[in-house]
Amino acid sequence: MKIEEIENEIIDEFGVYDDWMDKYEYIIELGKDLDLIQEANKTDDKLIKGCQSRVWLDSEMKDGVLKFYADSDAIITKGIISLLLRVFSGQKPEDIVTAELDFIDKIGLQEHLSPTRANGLLSMVKQIKLLALQNVEK
Amino acid sequence: MRKFDVNTVRKDFPLLARQVYGKPLVYFDNGATAQKPQVVIDRINQFYKEENANIHRGVHHLSQVGTDLYEESRKTIQGFLNAKFSEEIIFTKGTTDSINLVAFGYSKMLKPGDEVLITEMEHHSNIVPWQMACEYSGATCKYIPLNEKGELDLSQIDSLINSNTKVVAVTHVSNSLGTINPIEKLIEKAHKVGARILIDGAQSLQHFKVDVQALDVDFYVFSGHKLFGPTGTGILYGKKEALDQLPPYQGGGDMIKEVKMRGTTYNELPHKFEAGTPNIAGGIALKTAIDYFDSFDIQDLQKYEQELLEYAESEIKKLGGIRIIGEADEKVSVLSFVVDGAHHFDVGTLLDKQGIAVRTGHHCTQPVMDFFGISGTVRASFAFYNTKEEIDQFIQALKRALTMLG
Repeated sequence: MKIEEIENEIIDEFGVYDDWMDKYEYIIELGKDLDLIQEANKTDDKLIKGCQSRVWLDSEMKDGVLKFYADSDAIITKGIISLLLRVFSGQKPEDIVTAELDFIDKIGLQEHLSPTRANGLLSMVKQIKLLALQNVEK
Repeated sequence: MRKFDVNTVRKDFPLLARQVYGKPLVYFDNGATAQKPQVVIDRINQFYKEENANIHRGVHHLSQVGTDLYEESRKTIQGFLNAKFSEEIIFTKGTTDSINLVAFGYSKMLKPGDEVLITEMEHHSNIVPWQMACEYSGATCKYIPLNEKGELDLSQIDSLINSNTKVVAVTHVSNSLGTINPIEKLIEKAHKVGARILIDGAQSLQHFKVDVQALDVDFYVFSGHKLFGPTGTGILYGKKEALDQLPPYQGGGDMIKEVKMRGTTYNELPHKFEAGTPNIAGGIALKTAIDYFDSFDIQDLQKYEQELLEYAESEIKKLGGIRIIGEADEKVSVLSFVVDGAHHFDVGTLLDKQGIAVRTGHHCTQPVMDFFGISGTVRASFAFYNTKEEIDQFIQALKRALTMLG
C-alpha cells in the first residue's frame, strides 16, 4: 500500500473514537504489535533522546524498501511509533523523503510531535527521513 | 484578615472553572506556576487601559503615576519579606534571573581556590549559574548530598562549609520533593566562615511566611508567577551591603549615574540592577497578588494544604505499586511519585486526557533523579484553592490509567 493510503486507513480507524481515553487505549494496544528493535541493537547510536521518554530506532534496506525497527521505554510513545512505522516501514526511500504526515494532526496526536514535547518522536521522524534520504538511489 | 473558605476562594480564580477535553480541570501543577486571581488580571488590564507610560524618567503625569505604583509595589514586597530598606528589593524577571544576577557578580569576585557550595536537590537554575561562575572564575563548586528521605545530609557540613567557602546557595523548598530545608542552620554556618548565602524561595513563599531580617539571609530570591502574580516578575532581596559589593549585571538605561564616552558611573540601589524598561504592569500587579495572598491568615492556608497533602498521600498509598519520592519530615504540599512498571510520561498523558494537570519528568532536578535511580516522577503540587474532591478525581483517574498501562 502507498503511504497516503495507509494514512487514510489510520484516519478511518481513529474516526470511531470520540473519547480520548478510548483513543489512547487503542494506541497502547498498537504499541504491542511494534516491530521491535533487537535488544543487542539498542546501542547509543540508535538512541533518540527525549526529555520525557527514550526511543531506539534501527533500519535496514531490503529489496529496494526501507524496514524500520524501534522501541521506547514509554508505552504511549511505543504506540505512536507503531503508527509511524506502519506508514513508513516497507516503503521506498524516495517516497518516505517526500511523505507528509498529515494523519498525525487528523487523528489528534499532533501534541506528541510538537518540538516542545521533547518525547523523542519528532526527532525520530527526522531520523527516519534522514535514513531514507541516505538510501535514495543516486 | 479574610476567613479562608475554599469554595469562596475558588471563585476568585476564573481559570479553575474551565474544562479540558470536556472534563473539569483539576489543576495540580502549582509548583510550575500558580493560577491568578481576578484582581491580578484586572490590575494588569487597568494599567494598560488607564495608566500605561514608561517609569522613572518622564516629567509627564502618567509617567509619575506609573513610577509611584511601581515603587509602591517595591514597598509592599519589602513589607512582605520584612526587609529593612526598600532599595534591598530588586525587580527581576523571575527566580532564574535573580540567581543569574548574583552568580554573575560572583563570577567577577571569585578566585581560584574559592569554593561555592550548593546542594544535590537544587533546581537546575540554582546549579548551572554557579557552575558557570566557577568555570569563569576558576573557583570550585561543591554540593551537600541528599539522604534516602529526600532531605539534605548534613553529616559532613562542617567540612563542606569551610574558610574557602565564599558563597552558599540553597533552595528553601525542593521543587521535585517538597522538602523544607533547615536554612537557619545553614545561614548560621555560612556566616561563621564569612560566606554569603543565597536562598532560593521559588517554592516557599506560597506556603509559609519568610522574614529575611530574622533569618539574617544575604540574598533571598523568588518568582511572582508562583505566588499568584504575573509571569515575568521576580524579586531579588539582598542585604544592602551585599548588593553594594556586587558588580552590575546588565548595562543600559536606568542603571547609570553618568555616562561619558570614557566611562560610566553606576546608579544607586536598587536601580543599579534594573537596567532597561522593566515589566511595569507585572511589577504593579505583583503587589496586587501579594496583597491578595496576604489578606489570608497564612496559618489557615498552611493547615489546609497539609490536610490536602496527607489525604493525597494516604489515598495514593492504598493503590499499591506506588513509590513516593520525597518523604522528608518537613514538607510542603508536593506529592512526587513513581509507579512500578509504568513510565511517568504514560501516567501523565493519561491523567491529562482525564482533565488532571500534573507535571512529569525530572522537574529540572536531574541530580535528584540520579540519586533515586529514576528518570523522572509524576508530581502533583497543591495550592490552597485545591480540594479533597479534586484529589478523589485524581485518584480515580490514576486508577484508570494504571489499569490501562498494567
